[in-house]
Amino acid sequence: MSILINKDTRVVTQGITGKTGQFHTRMCRDYANGQNCFVAGVNPKRAGEDFEGVPIYGTVKDAKEQQGANVSVIYVPPPFAAAAIWEACEADLDLAICITEGIPVRDMLEVRNKMKQKVAAGGKETLLLGPNCPGLITPEEIKIGIMPGHIHRKGRIGVVSRSGTLTYEAVAQLTDLGLGQSSAVGIGGDPINGLKHIDVMRMFNDDPDTDAVIMIGEIGGPDEAEAARWCKEHMKKPVVGFIAGVTAPAGKRMGHAGALISGGEDTADAKLAIMEECGFTVTRNPSEMGKLLKAML
Amino acid sequence: MKIHEYQAKELLRKFGVTTPRGIACFSVDEAVKAAEELGGPVWVVKAQIHAGGRGKGGGVKLARSVDEVKALSDEILGMQLKTHQTGPEGQKVRRLLIEEGADIQKEYYVAALTDRATQKVAMMASSEGGMDIEEVAAKTPEKIIKVFVDPLVGLTDAQATELANGIGVPAASLDKAVDTLKKLYTCYMETDASLAEINPLILEGNGNIKALDAKFNFDSNALYRHDDIVALRDLAEEDADEIEASKYDLAYISLDGNIGCLVNGAGLAMATMDTIKLYGAEPANFLDVGGGATTEKVTEAFKIMLKNPKVKGILVNIFGGIMRCDTIATGVVAAAKEVHLTVPLVVRMKGTNEDLGKKILAESGLPIIAADTMAEAAEKIVAAVAGK
Repeated sequence: MSILINKDTRVVTQGITGKTGQFHTRMCRDYANGQNCFVAGVNPKRAGEDFEGVPIYGTVKDAKEQQGANVSVIYVPPPFAAAAIWEACEADLDLAICITEGIPVRDMLEVRNKMKQKVAAGGKETLLLGPNCPGLITPEEIKIGIMPGHIHRKGRIGVVSRSGTLTYEAVAQLTDLGLGQSSAVGIGGDPINGLKHIDVMRMFNDDPDTDAVIMIGEIGGPDEAEAARWCKEHMKKPVVGFIAGVTAPAGKRMGHAGALISGGEDTADAKLAIMEECGFTVTRNPSEMGKLLKAML
Repeated sequence: MKIHEYQAKELLRKFGVTTPRGIACFSVDEAVKAAEELGGPVWVVKAQIHAGGRGKGGGVKLARSVDEVKALSDEILGMQLKTHQTGPEGQKVRRLLIEEGADIQKEYYVAALTDRATQKVAMMASSEGGMDIEEVAAKTPEKIIKVFVDPLVGLTDAQATELANGIGVPAASLDKAVDTLKKLYTCYMETDASLAEINPLILEGNGNIKALDAKFNFDSNALYRHDDIVALRDLAEEDADEIEASKYDLAYISLDGNIGCLVNGAGLAMATMDTIKLYGAEPANFLDVGGGATTEKVTEAFKIMLKNPKVKGILVNIFGGIMRCDTIATGVVAAAKEVHLTVPLVVRMKGTNEDLGKKILAESGLPIIAADTMAEAAEKIVAAVAGK
């Protein structure tokens, strides 16, 4: 088991014909069951063609109907990426993973509210991972995204993080210590995104094949504090936590009023304190995430 | 991206918000002409810099004659204006706004910004206008009212009325305040702002509602569709090194420490900075080379870091994923040679082609100190800089 994806997942790639989409589709197909999992691509102008044997369809709906795709990965350029997310939702997929970096916040606000409206009206919920994320991987089964596959090993530790390379860092520490991963999830660094720490922690908590979790956050926003408070009540598994940005200067990344709304809990120190209070084993040394987790098993 | 107050007011006027009449000036002569054009009896001379707290810092003054406008403009233009947002060295005043006086009966605060938690637009208002809103939030949080706006619906009359009533706008001016709030919301959305703040929004003796000061930040991801807003950018207000870095698609922020760091990925870059601090030193910068670093990019990154005279050592921390360690190693060696590096350099590489990368560094003939973990790298660079 694992969370969100496994070897039976069938993936449609939106933006398969662009340079990034091509490169990563190749890498993902070369990983574990990738040849079976990556079943379709989408490009409205090139329906009927194929990319290295992967059939291209005009719409996500066609890809779903023809190839049974249930998850989409999106490499579409920023101006068109929110529309691509919405297309995946309208096709009633289970999950859309948006890798694209640099999508205007207003576009994300609109598409997220459209997605919620659809669910409120009784429509099927399509989960969103990202945008601006590395994707996710269930080691030795399936990789959907841009992470280097070779650093992962199959195992029983969950990893969730906003940052790409910091996720790889945690995974590599675990692998070096002989601890494999059940799934490693990059939720992305954008202010308006889909799945948050709390959602992924819930899934790891429910996953019988995950024994412990590394949760990595960053300065800004209320998400890590919210997840920690949920964990305090519900999490049955040990969690190691790290927040990047103790040294980040205030106000450089975000306006003052943004911090206001989240109640002043968005500095690294404040988040670390809340996580600790909620029962996480927190560290200020990111090189020790793996070691700390191992000590808790 | 930020803009000046006078530009923010021009933007608000475009969306129908009332502001005092004012003219932006770049010289004392222009300021005098502007004062004559506006007519008296009272003018406000306002320093235009991208930082708040200008009034307290002595950058906003009242004039009762054209001669006084001249004297104050002469005093303010060119001064190093220090506020709680500029840092101790202050910011040089290069532009002025000469504005007509206003008959202030009451000052309010209103703002629009994106709320991450609800994924809606938050509209905030307070009866305590003209003050630092952080201070209001800390001391009297009950005096800040918020409504959350669904972007698919927009700010409703009911929500705008709730805000206006909540901050105590008198009944006779309620419609005007509601109208201003709705226009502020429209302006916020249509310009892809990340913050639009009017502080203070004033009630005049005649019942009119006016924006007396305004501040905007814009979503840099959306600037591609707003050439008119990009044209408002004032490079003199931004850090020269940060501008240089952005030309090479490097995310760079200068800090106060003495250890330069070059990292791929924003999260790992922050984690590296934190580790440097953990080992007793301070980072000189944040620098994310991104996913596709070339030799040219790495060389430029070294040049930008070394422009900072405080830098006494450099830490390179790369997690090779799609970007291979050997590519980065080649870039680091070329950069170190090109800039004739004289400060200690510690390189930590992990991931794809890690061994090949380490070999390239070892065989370069350069005094590069290798490290296996982020912690070891930080420890080594801190020791090297301390001369141990």
